[in-house]
Amino acid sequence: MRTPMIMRQGRWTPWLYLAPAIVILTIYVLYPALRTALFSFQNANSTALATVNCRAGEPCWGLLENYRQALSSQQGQVALRNTALWLLVIVPGTALLGLLFAVLTDRVSYEPLAKAIIFMPMAISFVGAAIIWRFVYNPDPNLGILNALVVALGGEPRAWLASPPPVNTLLLTIVGLWMWTGFTMTLLSAALKAIPTDIIEAARVDGANEWQLFVRIMLPLLAPTIAVVMTTMTINTLKMFDIVWVMKGIQTDVIATRMVSELYLNRNNGLASAYAVILIVLIIPVTIYNIRRFSAEEAEK
Amino acid sequence: MNRDRLAQFFNRFPVNLAVILLCALWLLPTFGLFITSFRPQEAVNSTGWWTALASTRPGRGAYQQFCAECHGDSYNALPNADLTNPDLIGTFRRSLNLAATFNREYNGVIHIPEDKRPNPQETADILDHLRIVSGLQAPPAQFTIANYKDVLVGYDARGGTYDEACAADGATGTRTCDFLTDATAPNAVFRGMLNSFAVAVPSTIIPILIAGFAAYALSWMDFNGRRVMFALLVGLQIIPLQMVLVPIYRMYTDLGLNGTFLGVWLFHTGFGLPYAIYLIRNFVGRLPSELFESAYLDGANHFTVFRRIVLPLALPAIGALAIFQFLWIWNDLLVALIFLGNSAPVLTYQLSQMVDSLGGGWHRMTAAAFVSIIVPLIIFFAFQRFFVRGLLAGSVKG
Repeated sequence: MRTPMIMRQGRWTPWLYLAPAIVILTIYVLYPALRTALFSFQNANSTALATVNCRAGEPCWGLLENYRQALSSQQGQVALRNTALWLLVIVPGTALLGLLFAVLTDRVSYEPLAKAIIFMPMAISFVGAAIIWRFVYNPDPNLGILNALVVALGGEPRAWLASPPPVNTLLLTIVGLWMWTGFTMTLLSAALKAIPTDIIEAARVDGANEWQLFVRIMLPLLAPTIAVVMTTMTINTLKMFDIVWVMKGIQTDVIATRMVSELYLNRNNGLASAYAVILIVLIIPVTIYNIRRFSAEEAEK
Repeated sequence: MNRDRLAQFFNRFPVNLAVILLCALWLLPTFGLFITSFRPQEAVNSTGWWTALASTRPGRGAYQQFCAECHGDSYNALPNADLTNPDLIGTFRRSLNLAATFNREYNGVIHIPEDKRPNPQETADILDHLRIVSGLQAPPAQFTIANYKDVLVGYDARGGTYDEACAADGATGTRTCDFLTDATAPNAVFRGMLNSFAVAVPSTIIPILIAGFAAYALSWMDFNGRRVMFALLVGLQIIPLQMVLVPIYRMYTDLGLNGTFLGVWLFHTGFGLPYAIYLIRNFVGRLPSELFESAYLDGANHFTVFRRIVLPLALPAIGALAIFQFLWIWNDLLVALIFLGNSAPVLTYQLSQMVDSLGGGWHRMTAAAFVSIIVPLIIFFAFQRFFVRGLLAGSVKG
């Protein structure tokens, strides 16, 4: 950073400019995050340590009792399993679909329009998307187009969202794919356009076909962007709340919805905080990796 | 040139086909919502939205099957049995009257032989169809804006529309039948929209303003600890929203800030700041230093430079940021659910409540959903470039 020498100022001026940001971030992010960490070792209304929840003859982790509940209770396990399923579908799914769209739309003349259509769900709220898809999955073949298709093909209409796990969560992840593919497509498409044309021309001259071109030239050059896309989608997916909350399947909870249920419905600060800490423990390594990668790229530019 | 383009299109036919199919697939769910939101309740509940555009009614098919062979596609192939004649169709008051003619002989031929007769339902459909064809009956409305009117005023009774209810019973209970008064009642979607704006606009402006000051100090002021401050402020991005909900909820309960706009504005400010500081500093830090030197030599102080030079020049970055922050808040459910809830229901909250109670049926829920997505869609298509840029840069937001 090149601050001109003549731009000196009073000792306190910079801190005056920074003060509102520092105050708000301390009150709203830093301090509460630390308090959440503390709450996670306390009981439901944060009046005593979590050890008071232990009952004789039952397994207990002492101070970590909330974490034991979060990790081993039936509800907690469902949430963890579903979160893992979301990650398994969304992270590779959006990366692959985004790559497919980026490569396909690169070859058509109406690229901006096609991209706008794919990107559009990104502008819609998750709640709006959840309603759109509840309608698609509606059990009545006169309302839901999915069941209308099934009936037209000679099948029986089904209550899709009431399907047994893991089908119900898989149906929700389709909504996630629909929403996020536009995002990964945009990132990957920008990277694709940044590949110098002379590299591609040279490969063509050397007799590479389109498939070889894609696998040998484009994929390696896109690898850093694909990594960014996948890490970002990992974070987004871990924080996923709205789709699951509004679609309300049976046993479709993920960590974020479980946490809000504990806070809002069961009024259990301790357990809710434990879920939050589990979430951030999962998120932090991915974020650090992402930011490092990002700064490395900035430095290269 | 044109011929080249056409040739190119067909050379790449598989690619084009794939792109068009995928785009259609992507649009289909939203399109279904859009069509449904304009259909009357009876239509929504009896036929799928995909039939609405084809405008085929059941009677047309039955007519084709049982009558068209003799009466023709234009209904008047038999001169002495012109089915477009209202006087003729008017003699059949009920479908039983029509069914009674099947046994009769016309010119020595049985009207419809026994093994080719329509069943009672089909007979009724045919008569309905003929009443419309002959002009005795107006065709049922295919599209309506009543659903939108219902949701805007929060009318959610099982049957009928707001207008019908007002025409029949007038003002009863909380309903005044004055559109604007009803539309600002607590459960009206119009009110939800106002609340959404009341939440989103200040929650966009406040953090950007505060971040602007901080970003300026971090890029154009010289002081100890500048780098550390920047890393710290921006690094807070990694903390997810869920991590602070519990303590802030408790703090707000103590302070009485739960259910107030102020509480939500400040919360969104806290969570918007790290990314806003990061983005604005990146932009402001790249402005040429000569600009600042000459302004300073001319006697401008930091505040003047900030207000007169930095803010106007940073508008592109601020624009992208503002769009991103606004939409993020407009679409947010979690924060609105926990800190505002029922006391000032925003659109997303109202929608999630409608889903829970299936309030008012699909014809109204689709209309309400479309009201909530129309604002982001307008912003998206109007500022597409800004929007995508803001979103890409914001991919690391916490």
